[in-house]
Parts: sequence; C-alpha cells; structure tokens
Amino acid sequence: MSVERPSPTPSAAPAPSLELRAIDKRFGSVHANRAISFSVARGSVHGLVGENGAGKSTLMNIVYGFHRADSGEIWVNGRRVDVGSPQDAIAAGIGMVHQHFMLVENFTVLENVILGVEGGRLLAGGLARARTELEKLARDYALDVPLDTVVSELPVGLQQRVEILKALYRRAEILILDEPTAVLTPQEADALFQMLRRLRDEGKSVVLVTHKLREIMAITDRVTVMRQGAVVGEVATATTSPRELAEKMVGRAVLLRVEKTPAHPGETLLAVRDLEVRDRLGVVRVKGVSFAVRAGEIVGIAGVSGNGQSELLEALAGIRFPTRGSIMLQQHDLVREHLGPRERRALGLAHVPEDRLRLGVVASFSAEDNAILGYHDRADCNRGGLLNRAAIRTACAGKMAAHDVRPPLPGLRLSAFSGGNQQKLVLAREIDVDPRVLLIGQPTRGVDIGAIEFIHRKLIALRDAGKALLIVSVELDEILGLADRILVMNGGEIVGEVAREQATEETLGLMMAGVKGEGAA
Amino acid sequence: MELYTLIVLTLAATMRVATPLLLAAIAGMFSERSGVVDLGLEGKMLGAAFAAAAVSAATGSAWAGLGAGIGVSVLLALVIAFATVTQRGNQVVAAMAVNIMVAGLGPTLALAWFNLGGQTPQLDGPGQRFTALVWPGADAAGQHPFPGLLYAQLLSGHNLLVYVAAALVPLSAWVLFRTRFGLRLRAVGENPSAVDTAGISVTGLRYQAIVISGVLCGVAGTYLSTAASAGFTRDMTAGKGYLALAALIFGKWKPYPTLGACLLFAFTDALASRLQGVDLPVVGVIPVQAILALPYVLTVLLLAGFVGKAVAPAAIGVPYAKEK
Repeated sequence: MSVERPSPTPSAAPAPSLELRAIDKRFGSVHANRAISFSVARGSVHGLVGENGAGKSTLMNIVYGFHRADSGEIWVNGRRVDVGSPQDAIAAGIGMVHQHFMLVENFTVLENVILGVEGGRLLAGGLARARTELEKLARDYALDVPLDTVVSELPVGLQQRVEILKALYRRAEILILDEPTAVLTPQEADALFQMLRRLRDEGKSVVLVTHKLREIMAITDRVTVMRQGAVVGEVATATTSPRELAEKMVGRAVLLRVEKTPAHPGETLLAVRDLEVRDRLGVVRVKGVSFAVRAGEIVGIAGVSGNGQSELLEALAGIRFPTRGSIMLQQHDLVREHLGPRERRALGLAHVPEDRLRLGVVASFSAEDNAILGYHDRADCNRGGLLNRAAIRTACAGKMAAHDVRPPLPGLRLSAFSGGNQQKLVLAREIDVDPRVLLIGQPTRGVDIGAIEFIHRKLIALRDAGKALLIVSVELDEILGLADRILVMNGGEIVGEVAREQATEETLGLMMAGVKGEGAA
Repeated sequence: MELYTLIVLTLAATMRVATPLLLAAIAGMFSERSGVVDLGLEGKMLGAAFAAAAVSAATGSAWAGLGAGIGVSVLLALVIAFATVTQRGNQVVAAMAVNIMVAGLGPTLALAWFNLGGQTPQLDGPGQRFTALVWPGADAAGQHPFPGLLYAQLLSGHNLLVYVAAALVPLSAWVLFRTRFGLRLRAVGENPSAVDTAGISVTGLRYQAIVISGVLCGVAGTYLSTAASAGFTRDMTAGKGYLALAALIFGKWKPYPTLGACLLFAFTDALASRLQGVDLPVVGVIPVQAILALPYVLTVLLLAGFVGKAVAPAAIGVPYAKEK
C-alpha cells in the first residue's frame, strides 16, 4: 500500500499543516473509513471528493473531534494531536464550516461568533472585545457581515460567512468546508472562492469537501478522491481532468453530460397563463408567469432557490392553489375547475417533488409502499378493499429492476436506500402510469454522479417518447445538460427565456441575479 | 372607599397566588430554554410540598422543610434528566411518569408516617411555616388608605418566599441575557449542534438547567405547603404546574412577560374567590364551580390563539444525538 516517496529531512521541508495517518473507522458493519492517509500543505487548498457515502463526512467529523477514529493518527504542524472533541480540534487550530450551518438562528452574528469563547462569565466585556476583533478580521479578509443582525435574517451566503468568521475568530489555521456551495448561487460561490484564495494566500490551509468536480478544478491545489471509505487517488489538480476524477469517484467511466439529439416539439400539453401564487402570509411568490410546455421537449426553469420556482411547481402539481391565472391541461383549466393533485394525476400529470423527503416519500415506509403512494387506490394495488400485497411487491420489484434501484429489496425501509436510489424509485413510480406531462423538481438533489447519469438518460428518453417535461433545478449544469428551452426565474417572475443553444452559464447567471435577458417573457 | 380596599386586598391576594406559579414558570423557563419540555413542574412541586411539610412537621423548622423540598425536587429533576438527557428518552413520558408517581407516593408516605389520612400534620408550631413579614410602620400606615394601605398590603405583609419569587424575575432575566451561561442556555435550546460544535457539552448544560428548575420547583412546592397553607394535602398543586407552563408559553419564554402571565392567571383566581357568593348586577350569583373554572378557561382561551404565535425554542422536546 505504501507509496515510495523521497523522504525529506524533517528540517528541510516544512511539516504539512494537517496530516492524517491511516485513519480507520467502523460503524457497526459499515467500514466508513479504511486506513485513510493524506496531508495538506500549509497555504494550500486541498480537495476531498467522493460520492455520497464515500466516507468524506465521517473523515472530517473525525478530524473535528465529532467522532473518534478506531485507529490512526492526526498530525498538525508536525505534532501528533489527540482530537477527542471539537474543543480539542479548536485548540489545535482546526475550524470547520458544516454543510448545515451550526448557527443559532435567533442570535445575532456577534452572539453566534462568541458562543463557546465568550471570554468571561459576563457577556458585556466579551461582546465588546469580539466586536473589535471581528471588525479587524472583516477588514483583513474582506468578510463583511453586519454584526448585530439576527442570523435568520441573513441570506445563506452571509450565514456561511459567519461560519467562516467563527472559525477565524477561534484562530483556526486549518479550515474545513463541507459541501460549502450546496446552498449558494454561482455568484455567491465565486465570492466564497475569492475568500478562500485570500485565506490560502495568508498561509491558512483549506480542506474543501465536495462532490462537485467543477469546484475542485476551480480552486484546489491538490485533490484526494475517496470511494467506499478508501482513498483511491491523490493528484495535483493541474494534472487531472473532471473526467478522470469522476471515473475515480465512481469506479467506472461516466458521462458527465448525457448526449441527446435535438428536440422535436409537438403540440402544447401544458399551458400556463398569468399565474399568480401567494404564500400563507399573502406574499406574492409567483408574479403572473406565462409559458407552455410541448410534447417532446424539456423546459428547464433555472434560478437561485427561493425565487418562486418551488411555489410555481407546487401550484402546477395542485399542492398550492394560485390566486390568479390559468393552467391548461387536456382542455381542462386546472385552476378554474379547482382540480387537486389526484384529479391532475388522472389527467396525466406526474410530479416528482423538489423535497423528496417532505413531499415525495415516507422514509419510514418500505420501498414497495412508497412505490404506490398516490396511486394506492388503483385497481392493480387492491383486491376486495384490501391492499394486494403480492401484486404491490411484484410491481415494485419490476420498477426496481427497470430503474436499477439498489438494493432491489421491495420490503426494505426507504430510509435505508441512498438518495439516488430513493429518487430513482420516485421517478419510477411517477412514470409507471405513463403520464403526458412530468413536473420534476431538483431531479438529482442528493444523488450520486453514477445515478445522475442514469436519471438524466431516463429523462431524455421520456422526452424522446413524446412527453412534456418541466424541470426545476438550481444546478445550472443540470439545466444546461437537459433542457431544450430555459426559463429563468427571479423574484417570482420569468426574467428571460433562452433556447439551449444560446445559453451560457454567464448569461443565465446574470439573469438569475435579476438582470433582464433578451426576449423576456 | 369600600371598593378601593377590596381592590387592594384582591391585588395582595393576586401576589400570593402568583408566587408558586411564578416560581414554577421561571423554573420551566430554564429547563425549556435548554430544550427540555418541563411537564414535570407539577410533580416536582408536589413532591417538594410533601417533603417540606413532612420535614417541617418533624423538625419544627420551616427552613429544614425548604431544604427538604428543594432536595426532593432536585432529585426528581435528576431522574427526569437521566431519562431524557442521558438516555434520550421521551421528555413528555418521563415527566408524566414522575408526576403520576409523586401524586400517589406523597399521600401514601404521609399515611404511613403520620396516619392522618394522607395528609401531614397541621403546621402550627412556631417556625414551622414561612409567615408574613411585616415591614416597619406597616401597621400604622395601613390606617391611611392612600398610599398607606398599598404599602401595608402590597409591599409589606408577605412571607419571604413571595419576595424571593419577585426578585427572581429580574435575576433570571439578567442570567439569561447578560451572562455566558444564559447565552449558552438559549443556544442549546435553539440548536444543540451549534453548541456541540462550539466545544460545549450539551448534556452538561441541560443538566444544569434541569437542576435549576428542580431548585425553583422545590421553593414553589415548599411555598404551597408551608407558607400558603399549613401542611400537605393530597393533590394540593391542583394543576398549578401545568398552569405555570401555560403562563410560560403565554409569556413567550421570557421572564417579564411570564411574570405578567402569572399575575393575570393569579388575578382571575383571586377575583374568583372574591366573587364567590357575591350578588352581581345582571348575572346574579355566579355558581362557585364556574368561578373556580375561570383561570383554567382563561388559560385555554389565551393559549388557543388570543396571544398570537408563541415561538418555542426550536430544539425543544428533541433529545440530542450526534449525527452519524
């Protein structure tokens, strides 16, 4: 296993900022980390990539003292450290920005930063000192955040900045970021990368945990690839390519962008006119949008999350009723006739919701029960008023085979499946009844690269079979890879419509930020 | 003049009735702010009431009674803490188990020890109760309606525990919003993961909060059996623990609004006792039962939405477990 390297004399080369030696960790029968070793040089950005479940988060939680490794050593600046708790990690100069921010939502920025390092029993003195120091940090690293604003009122990008400030305030020299761009717009992500570069130039070390190859290529100096709990490769970023990294991650060749032929749109299947949707508080979320989706095309809705896409999707699916406008499907005006999700389903409208766990599945139910949710009253699921268990199981096994759902066990609890396999099952359920129109929110949120390819192929096959597909995604790559026509939403309005051939990441990014595009609808 | 006296006396009664509610509500505030639902207020108070009365009867010292009341209440709190924080059990179930256990255990022990039908002996010896403290010149001042009567009835003339409860409001507000402990306590009830990643023990904080709740419930229970009345009787808390919890929610988990809620509940209670048998214009004599139900009806109405949305600490009721 050991790699031959010319061993530098200790005095000549500086010790790596962070070095992991043969970290091993098991959770019961799961071998989450298998003898992981890698090192991060001072003043560098080190990428850690791998699919969901490859063991990246476990590893970083071990480094941050959340979990204890079964064996292995952590070295910081050439000294072995025993990290048994976050407190130890902080003392060793390790800071972590979690994917789900560790912020107290109803505290101010200042209160969040000093939590745990208040500097005395009374708050007043500590707050004053922290304010001075944070203002200095903000100047040094261009990390401006309003210190007295309550965190829940800040946009996600700024909340993340608070997390970084927290780490710097604790004098972190090594900063670990776990999937930091999952919640950011492309522009916010760029700003984050600027910030990370500045930190690197100041001599800090950054570990970037992600599954987005584009980010690895954009910012890291070296990258370590993990698969199934083990390191499968470590390379200098400059010498590799996304394709090579993806292959290492998945263990086989993958297509990052599924090939497709030009679309041949047919008749209009779904027509939306002047649709207005308000939320529970009466705030207008969708401001009179109009568009159509035709047979044999994929229409993609791009936009930073929270700009009305979710509400639009829910209004189309019948979960939320619009306050104005019309939705035409099969000569029915869904709004005027007040048709609910079940009636819409009967008219050939299928819906794969954005938030799978909230609206798409019941995680504690078995896969076979999830595979009939919403269709449980159909004749083939029932016999004499009772569920036809045998038929449901057979049908589910069939769907699992057709959609490569692994493991193919209909009786298994859905939460035991990975995100990608859950999503494949939901998709299988929705297309099994042969709908004419498919609404798909975030087709591959929380889905591994391998499964992304499968799902994308499936969606394009559906298009080619003459279905009308409406896809909402915050991943620009996905929109660009799938859609034939792209609508961009900002502030509840469609601010632009672009044919795929004319769309670039830059033009879409600008429109997403609210700059009106040409040919705005 | 007659009405004025009546009002002053009703307000004085309000203060006395509000005391155990306030002590329990502030107790609950510490526990719930840390993220642990405090349905056990009732049981802890009742246990303390019994222990205080029993020890005071045995030793002749109200102070010994107070110590016993606090001791028993803290012990019960630790039982709940072990079940819910250490073992991550269901907070409602653990608290209700303690409530039910205490409701039966108190009278049973009283019967075994004192053989008085489930009560403790009447506390009538010197020093067995916390009695009213009369402030200098209060008796003389009471002769003058204004402001003398206010001084005599509202400021003076209460027992020590009433003043303790009153002082607790600014004190707890200070602890909660001005100290390191308060900041961490509020944080752990909102997002325990944030506290954990900041390197602070979630378990340690929650235990501290629960013990504080135990101490305050101990004082509240002691007040019931050795100050407000002269001995322990079966079910003497009569739902005050739950009422305190309602006041806490009504007060949005904040000290001063919670004080207001406790005073409001107590006022309806004091008013109810004044109204018994009084022939009112238009409605006539209101049945006693209806009057006694008034505070509870008010609670239901207030909590049913007349107070606007009360936002609970975000992590309340959820045992903390590190993510896998």
